[in-house]
Amino acid sequence: MTDTTAAPGAASIPGDVTAERNRATTARRFRPNGSAIVMGLYLLFLMLPIYWLLNMSLKTNAEILGTFSLWPRDVTFENYVTILTDASWYMGYVNSLIYVVLNTVISLAVALPAAYAFSRYSFVGDKHLFFWLLTNRMAPPAVFALPFFQLYSSVGLFDTHIAVALAHCLFNVPLAVWILEGFMRGVPKEIDETAYIDGYSFGRFFVRIFMPLISSGIGVAAFFCFMFSWVELLLSRTLTSVDAKPIAATMTRTVGAAGIDWGVLAAAGVLTIIPGALVIYFVRNYIAKGFALGRV
Amino acid sequence: MNKTVNQKAWFLVLPVLVLVAFSAIIPLMTVVNYSVQDTFGNNVFFWNGIRWFEDMLNSERMWNALGRQAVFSAIILAIEVPLGVFVALNMPKKGFWASFCLVVMSLPLLIPWNVVGTIWQIFGRVDIGLLGYTLDAIGINYNYTQGYFAAWTTVIVMDVWHWTSLVALLAYAGLQSIPDAYYQAAKIDQASRWAVFRYIELPKMMGVLMIAILLRFMDSFMIYTEPFVVTGGGPGNATTFLSIDLVKMALGQFDLGPAAAFSIMYFLVILAISWVFYTVMTNLDKRDVR
Repeated sequence: MTDTTAAPGAASIPGDVTAERNRATTARRFRPNGSAIVMGLYLLFLMLPIYWLLNMSLKTNAEILGTFSLWPRDVTFENYVTILTDASWYMGYVNSLIYVVLNTVISLAVALPAAYAFSRYSFVGDKHLFFWLLTNRMAPPAVFALPFFQLYSSVGLFDTHIAVALAHCLFNVPLAVWILEGFMRGVPKEIDETAYIDGYSFGRFFVRIFMPLISSGIGVAAFFCFMFSWVELLLSRTLTSVDAKPIAATMTRTVGAAGIDWGVLAAAGVLTIIPGALVIYFVRNYIAKGFALGRV
Repeated sequence: MNKTVNQKAWFLVLPVLVLVAFSAIIPLMTVVNYSVQDTFGNNVFFWNGIRWFEDMLNSERMWNALGRQAVFSAIILAIEVPLGVFVALNMPKKGFWASFCLVVMSLPLLIPWNVVGTIWQIFGRVDIGLLGYTLDAIGINYNYTQGYFAAWTTVIVMDVWHWTSLVALLAYAGLQSIPDAYYQAAKIDQASRWAVFRYIELPKMMGVLMIAILLRFMDSFMIYTEPFVVTGGGPGNATTFLSIDLVKMALGQFDLGPAAAFSIMYFLVILAISWVFYTVMTNLDKRDVR
């Protein structure tokens, strides 16, 4: 798909023909702004359930169960205060963040050289190895839950952050290799060769010249490792009990003898969305390419 | 790109190999180990051959779960792929609104899976959820904890909500890579909107679309957390998909032998189908390069 790079050149034909085409087709085919209506409806569909969660998190339990209202009548932040002042609640967030960051660092550290090898060299068994790596992305976590539990218990890592981080490497390392390989393929090989002629050693070349070149790829890979480690629950719940318990598992606490504490549950849910939203904001310009695993 | 033959590249791959071997091969071997042995407790195991596999192949429970899983994955793909492509075609191409759409659309992808379940559990409740309350108010009998149909609809709509954006983002990335010259040529030829889609956009999107289908197939086939939170596999066994059934068997009832045999066959099914997708995908890649 090398023609991407040719696009700016092709667009140098005088006049913005594409814009005209867009205008012409929308006028002919759809009502004016048909696309905007479609997107509006779709985004509404995406936001409604999230809005409802936010709405509930700002209500008291009495209001949630007593009256049905589209927005909170008297806004209360009590649910958030409950979470942010109780160590057993907010430590869930800390635990989650610790193992997610650990996992991202480990995954990138091992995936970078491997992706370089896959993108630059051919060696015995490279294609099989690559597919084998991908098969790990395909392995259902449910299959691995019990063996992981036994493995990490036997080496004394049960209920530690590093255990969850290592377990998540199962699907994040192959993914990171896949994404980085896609981005590295886009860097011309001549750059490597020139650097070697100039007397750069492999290590120096890799850190000083190559990594800055694919920095967007590294960002995207980090984003994906963060994302898949953050959203996973089955393995992280199986491998922890108290000290490293993730927030997602802590949420089940709201189901008590007196029924479910809906307000706190909703507030905890809203708080789990925030880290993701922050991370998206930073990589927003690379998201589309990243989801295509660098293969566009 | 033509690659240099260099066997020393193995050293660069070695860290990945060691790490993944530790976190994949050792556990997988444990599973294989369980699948061919039986025990009467006290950690005394004896060789059992392939009996667990035979048991599982004859078990109606597994076939039912597999059937439900296949229907679920098929419905998911049939809805999400066309819808995702349609959304991608309607997305703004650049500017503030393009970034805005990208950020909002990515949001559901970054919500922990059990929170997704919780969101829909709340959203669908007749007493406190917007969706359930509205449906109830207009006279539709909707209760996802009891109705077979309602449970399936909820789980499917939830998955569409959660994952369609992934397909849309991939298709959007594919669309972005089409040079303007293609559209200009089509305009000169006075091609219809459909012809532009069929002969320019679709072929150029094929590569990323295959990735989308591959990812969606794999993930929907392994789905566990979201339906577990919303319906718990119920009503009855209506939404007990393969992973839910497996976890029930392995961690709930501790039937390690059958669960392990089940695991291996489950993994092999995913592997086989994914291999087909992967082969098609790499062939498409090669055709593109030429």
